[in-house]
Amino acid sequence: MLEKGPIGLGNTGRNTTIVRSNYLLPQNHHFYEHSLKLWEGLEQDLNYNAMVSQRGVVGLFHSEGAKNAAVRRGNAMRLSGIDAELLDKEQIRAMCPLIDVDNGRFPVMGGLMQRRGGTARHDAVAWGFARAADQRGVDIIQHCEVTGIDVEGGAVVGVQTTRGPIKAKKIGLAVAGNTSRLAQMAGLDVPIESHVLQAFVSEGVKPLVDQVITFGAGHFYISQSDKGGLVFGGGLDGWNTYAQRGNLPVVEHVWSAGVAMMPSLSRLRGLRQWGGVMDMTFDGSHIIGKTPIQGLYMTAGWCYGGFKATPASGWCHAWTIAQDAPHTLNEAHTLDRFRTGRLLDERGNGPFPWMQ
Amino acid sequence: MIRIDCPWCGMRDEAEFTYRGDATVTRPGANAPEEAFHDFVYARQNPRGWHVEWWYHSSGCRQFLKVVRHTMTHEVRTVARATETPEVPSE
Repeated sequence: MLEKGPIGLGNTGRNTTIVRSNYLLPQNHHFYEHSLKLWEGLEQDLNYNAMVSQRGVVGLFHSEGAKNAAVRRGNAMRLSGIDAELLDKEQIRAMCPLIDVDNGRFPVMGGLMQRRGGTARHDAVAWGFARAADQRGVDIIQHCEVTGIDVEGGAVVGVQTTRGPIKAKKIGLAVAGNTSRLAQMAGLDVPIESHVLQAFVSEGVKPLVDQVITFGAGHFYISQSDKGGLVFGGGLDGWNTYAQRGNLPVVEHVWSAGVAMMPSLSRLRGLRQWGGVMDMTFDGSHIIGKTPIQGLYMTAGWCYGGFKATPASGWCHAWTIAQDAPHTLNEAHTLDRFRTGRLLDERGNGPFPWMQ
Repeated sequence: MIRIDCPWCGMRDEAEFTYRGDATVTRPGANAPEEAFHDFVYARQNPRGWHVEWWYHSSGCRQFLKVVRHTMTHEVRTVARATETPEVPSE
């Protein structure tokens, strides 16, 4: 395992720690449900307290159309054996009294709840996995940047690094945000663009938000950390970037959407703000699988979904490398689905990474 | 805040614009093979450095602009009209 810096300082340490499997498309919700099941047993598997907290994830809706979409998604999940529950307006009010349910512009009509969803401690996940991998014989080499991938006759033979070459018959790419640059070392232009997503933490307060709550009329979601800070974020800044910082228009949108949903937020100060760079694919779903180059595999294009996928992403990536063939859980998430037209576009946005 | 010097309207904030992606790809001819269309729609250089991109001045003059912007510093170097081919700095 080669890492250009210290482990845990990339997107592992920059996300908003949410785990859930409330996806519409079967290919996606089967995969994320497997991931959620792995989260449920992760602490026993790793012997490390990852602080997995199944506090519930609820997405609010504010119109008939959005309600229909939530019902459809909930039914799709339940047909696959995943928990989903439709809450009405009064249940939302009882669940979180701070939500402005009767907002004049965006009245809350209800929400789609997944009670098994929740949060986990992101740094603990990094260190738990690192310790468990190390105990199982994985060499974790930090401060070792890959500078080239050697390909001979259409197959990989090794990598060049800042600390010398390493021979390898099989190489797996797992570099959120920088997959394009790494794939280009092997001569591939992948269907990915790099975009920045911002996140925010408020000053610490007493328990205020017990669940993970998503606003349905703008880009905003919120949860509360164990230290008391409200952790929240929104959508992409919306233009290609590798810089781990965003701009003020999104800051304004996120805060104003937050205040529209929870007016008392206006009394809180922001404590920290940061940005993470993500691989955005053209259909908003990830890629795990083989590449046109023999022996080169990738887990990439995680869009906003990388953290909750951590256990299953590694699981499917390892399976694909070991078997030289995808598992059922990731057989649809191929790189060549963009050639064959079998896209996994959850929201039907079309081939625009900045809109996914 | 990214500020874009629109050739028609002058210096404006990014909030007036709609991003429309990579401007280096061109639509292949109607009889081109599928592979060419795949590359046009999906294959991207995604450079860490200077990027030529479309910005649509949706809340202004409604012209499409070709902007040369750096994806690490966010510096806007050149703003050109849609029919022009702006120079891309080597570094």
